[in-house]
Amino acid sequence: MTTIPISWYLAVAAVLFTIGAVTVFVKRNAIVMLLGIELMLNAANLTAVTFSSYFRELAGQILVFFVMVVAAAEAAVGLAIIVLLFRHRETLNVDEAQLLKL
Amino acid sequence: MLKALVLSPLIAAGIIGIFGRRWSERLIAVIGCGSVGLSMLLAFRVFGELWSRPPEQRVIWEPFFSWIASGPLRVDWGFHLDALSGVYVLFVTFVGFWIHVFAVGYMRGDSGYARFFAYMNLFMFMMLVLVLADNFLVMFVGWEGVGLCSYLLIGHYFDRAYAASAAKKAFIVNRIGDFGFALGLILIFATFGTLRFSEVMGAIVARFPEPEALGEIGLLTTIALLLFVGATGKSAQIPLHVWLPDAMAGPTPVSALIHAATMVTAGVYMVARCSELYVRSLTALFVIAVIGGVTALLAATIGLAQWNIKKVLAYSTISQLGYMFLACGAGAFSAAIFHVVTHAFFKALLFLGAGSVIVALHHEEDMRRMGGLKRVMPLTYGTMLCGWLAIAGLPPFAGFFSKDEILWRTWTSPVLPEPWGRLLWAIGWATTILTAVYMTRLIVLTFEGEERFARHAEGHALVPRESPPVMAIPLLVLAVLSVGGGWMGISEAYTGGRIANGFEQFVRPALARAPVHLDPSAIAVEEPDHGMELGLAAATALAVLATLIWARRFYQRDPLRPAPRLLENKYYVDEIYEALFVRPLVRGSTVLLWKVFDVALIDGAVNGVASAVAACAAVLRRLQTGLVRSYLVMILIGALIVLGYFVFIGSRLPVR
Repeated sequence: MTTIPISWYLAVAAVLFTIGAVTVFVKRNAIVMLLGIELMLNAANLTAVTFSSYFRELAGQILVFFVMVVAAAEAAVGLAIIVLLFRHRETLNVDEAQLLKL
Repeated sequence: MLKALVLSPLIAAGIIGIFGRRWSERLIAVIGCGSVGLSMLLAFRVFGELWSRPPEQRVIWEPFFSWIASGPLRVDWGFHLDALSGVYVLFVTFVGFWIHVFAVGYMRGDSGYARFFAYMNLFMFMMLVLVLADNFLVMFVGWEGVGLCSYLLIGHYFDRAYAASAAKKAFIVNRIGDFGFALGLILIFATFGTLRFSEVMGAIVARFPEPEALGEIGLLTTIALLLFVGATGKSAQIPLHVWLPDAMAGPTPVSALIHAATMVTAGVYMVARCSELYVRSLTALFVIAVIGGVTALLAATIGLAQWNIKKVLAYSTISQLGYMFLACGAGAFSAAIFHVVTHAFFKALLFLGAGSVIVALHHEEDMRRMGGLKRVMPLTYGTMLCGWLAIAGLPPFAGFFSKDEILWRTWTSPVLPEPWGRLLWAIGWATTILTAVYMTRLIVLTFEGEERFARHAEGHALVPRESPPVMAIPLLVLAVLSVGGGWMGISEAYTGGRIANGFEQFVRPALARAPVHLDPSAIAVEEPDHGMELGLAAATALAVLATLIWARRFYQRDPLRPAPRLLENKYYVDEIYEALFVRPLVRGSTVLLWKVFDVALIDGAVNGVASAVAACAAVLRRLQTGLVRSYLVMILIGALIVLGYFVFIGSRLPVR
């Protein structure tokens, strides 16, 4: 059985990461930006798992668990902020949430 | 058992200190006196155990816990009871207990009742730690602890400025001495690698068979003199004696317990504990003897001219402590310890008697406004008479035997150079006469003649009364001991050498014997000259008796006769110190430390940093746009820079 070469995985991860990054930079909707961040995180996870299996090194997979926990926490906090933002402003456009501006 | 003995007052101090504020005076008094009473009973028990053993086995050692283990420094808490500390534990707890009982009456109605007893109990704990410590560092803990309690209790009336400043003065002057003590400890550790008394003294005996000669400043002399600096501070010897008279600002039981009977004799205890060290340095012994003698004489002369009853007793204490150091310097450590014990009895008695008078006169301490009290306070008068005759050194009262022992040992000292033994004897003899004079003056001014206090001062009547039983009983107990306390150490000369000096026999195994020589036969063994000793003692006793009679007449004729200015102003020592040390220090602190260092340098640096941060922030805050997307751009740029850096690094690595 032939194994799938590592470069394929990495290519998928790179594509995912790019999509995520572009989403974050281009979109103004807070929820969509959050989705982009999640994509980037999972791209990084995929890379970690790939190298972990390639080098037979368990640390990479353990790292992924941590990343997933952090991502979950981040999503919870992020969504909470978004909910509050919407209640106060009735908009999800991040450009309009700029009270901290001097 | 030693642990219980030591810890009992500490536990009581903690309980009273934490809960005492809400409790009744009766409960506080029971706990405060009870804990010390328990210590006293235990002290009697361990002392009995010590007594029942043969002389060379009279050591009880109880390890407690390991305290410091750092590199070569190992310090454990352990309690070491031998003949020397046994004597100390016994009289410290005994006198301490009776003074606590007296304080129950003396402090009645005081707003700081609980605080007072908590500190008094804490003091007892610290004093017992000091005495029972088996190494220098734990002793130092007790040494500092009694200093702390002394400070706290002198400042008992902290709302009065003079008491607060007297407390600070005592603390600071003691610190000067303790600095020397600490240096001595460091030098001991650096030299011997241990702080245990037994090991240090063993090493000294093994490594230094010959004493360092007079004028030779060797290692042992340096250590001995540094430790003695600590002793001059704690035991109020010249030049660090200035704090003790001011310490009378505290309540009278404090003066009796801390500043007369126990703490101030810690210096003597330390010198006796290190006697193996001191007998090996003739220079140190000489310095101690001279300082002791000079202190004894000068303090006695100042005592002649004071008007405050407690100040007279304070200078008397300094003078008596001088005697003890004179004995130490003469190599007669057992005589010094003997005088410590008898002095504890009669000086505690005198202070408590003074306290009884002070309470009766509603806290009047000036003897010019006393007089005629023997009619209204017969019991206080009677007990004070015992203390008076004891300190004056009239046979057969306690002070006679111990003082006479010191004088005789100074006369025949094998370690003092000729003719200093005789000279210091003369100084001690003169001090004895002066003691008789100033104590007679105190008695006459306070109890005899006509009443000089106003019976109707400030609108309310002042009717002095005899003190209640709780104050009278301690006076009686101490009076009995002031009469008979000296009989335990009657010199063998009185029995023609048939009955040895019991006290000396008991403490001798714990002390070194001067002089030290490699070859015992090198010392000329002199037949003790009993005739000479008795002759000198009789001469002293007769002189004292004559002085007492003369001084009584002298002061009865005119009690308020003025004293020389120089003496009344204590030789202007306080003023000299003020000009020499305090004022330059204050001036230097104001000009250099405050204006230059603190305001210009330190404040300048702190404020400069703050304004620099503010200036930077004014620029940097423009980055805070509030726009999420601008932050994103910054993140992107940052990520690209990091990425670029790693790519750059990677491109320069050799390809494998």
